[in-house]
Amino acid sequence: MRRYTPKDNVQKRAKYNDRYWVAPIIPRVDVSEDEHFASVSKIISESVELLDSYIELGQLVLEIKPEQNIDAITALKEECGYSVCSELSAIDYLSQDGEFEIFYQFLNMTERKRARIITRIKENQSIESIVPLYDMAKFAEREMYDMFGIYVNNHPYLKRIIMPDDWEGHPLRKTYPLEGDEFASWYEVDKIFGKEYRDIIGPENRDPARVDRYDTQRFARVGKEVPFGADPSLVDTTETPIEYSSAPLSDYNKGPHKTLDKRK
Amino acid sequence: MAQHQVNYASNGGLPVALTTVDKLLNWGRSNSLWPLTYGLACCAIEMMASGASRFDFDRMGVIFRASPRQADVMILAGTLSKKHAEFARRLYDQMAEPKWVISMGSCANTGGMFNTYATVQGVDRIIPVDIYLPGCAPRPETLQYAMMMLQKKIRRESADMNKNRKQRFV
Repeated sequence: MRRYTPKDNVQKRAKYNDRYWVAPIIPRVDVSEDEHFASVSKIISESVELLDSYIELGQLVLEIKPEQNIDAITALKEECGYSVCSELSAIDYLSQDGEFEIFYQFLNMTERKRARIITRIKENQSIESIVPLYDMAKFAEREMYDMFGIYVNNHPYLKRIIMPDDWEGHPLRKTYPLEGDEFASWYEVDKIFGKEYRDIIGPENRDPARVDRYDTQRFARVGKEVPFGADPSLVDTTETPIEYSSAPLSDYNKGPHKTLDKRK
Repeated sequence: MAQHQVNYASNGGLPVALTTVDKLLNWGRSNSLWPLTYGLACCAIEMMASGASRFDFDRMGVIFRASPRQADVMILAGTLSKKHAEFARRLYDQMAEPKWVISMGSCANTGGMFNTYATVQGVDRIIPVDIYLPGCAPRPETLQYAMMMLQKKIRRESADMNKNRKQRFV
């Protein structure tokens, strides 16, 4: 039987006590637990300095210095058989640590194992391209540059891939506002019509519940109707307080009603 | 229909019908609305369904054209991203007058659920719109209804497009 919990005031109590969502801690296993990963870790540590190494969710994670990423990834590809780089991007930890974390996700097709190489760089630091090793990095590193503003050295064609070429800012940084900055909010107007048309077109409407009482084409005020498309000066804009019904609600606690306390 | 039948041979004359230029031109325009084959997002799937055999846009004289030079209607079907806004406006500019615009779906009307930095918050910021079609995504019947409303609007308007000039930015 299920354990009894008191049910009184169940709606008043908060379901969650944490103020913010707390990420669950993923257990980290030592590299020596897995034979293959132990050998990979040993081979990589011979060529570069390993800052950290562990197994997380069955995947090997190796932290290296950003200057040594080519050496480490070359060793991982040539000597350990990780022939596929499936993903490559960055995480913005600028406000937390003042750093970006760059991760490379690899797959070994023969051993059926996955490994991840992570490295941390400062905001104005650049990183060496891995395009000579993996062709997929051509697009992935361009996306990393576009979204985070991380420069990749010796990339054959480092240019924005998702946002327009003349865009300002890097949208996946935590400091970038979701609804866009000043540049973003006027981008299409500036580009198509020119800045002098900003006044004619007006700012973006970001309020889904906006009601314009002077707009007689798309909005109507109940009780104060004017003809469709009428001159806005005709519109009566006097504020009226919200009226509630004064009809008394019946109070079911008073009055003659059956009481059931005499029931046997 | 028998009572309207005209027997040309026996009557021996040309039938005469009187109308106005407006009605004649608008009759032609409203019954051969050719939209541009131009899909932006998932609403375009519904637009394609409207054109295909089950819903059959052709019976209303609505035939999709693959060139803006031959199109009369632009159906903005889907999310318009800020990167693409320039090209949507260019396609609109390339269409010959008279031309009409249907904004199809929530994203094209107001930006919809994409309250983000990369989405145009309503295509009427860059293109004058005739019909706003709500829905996410609108069913093909709804698009056909919008097309019929547009036909009604055209029939009501003057044939001289300068007289019923829409909001123009340039």
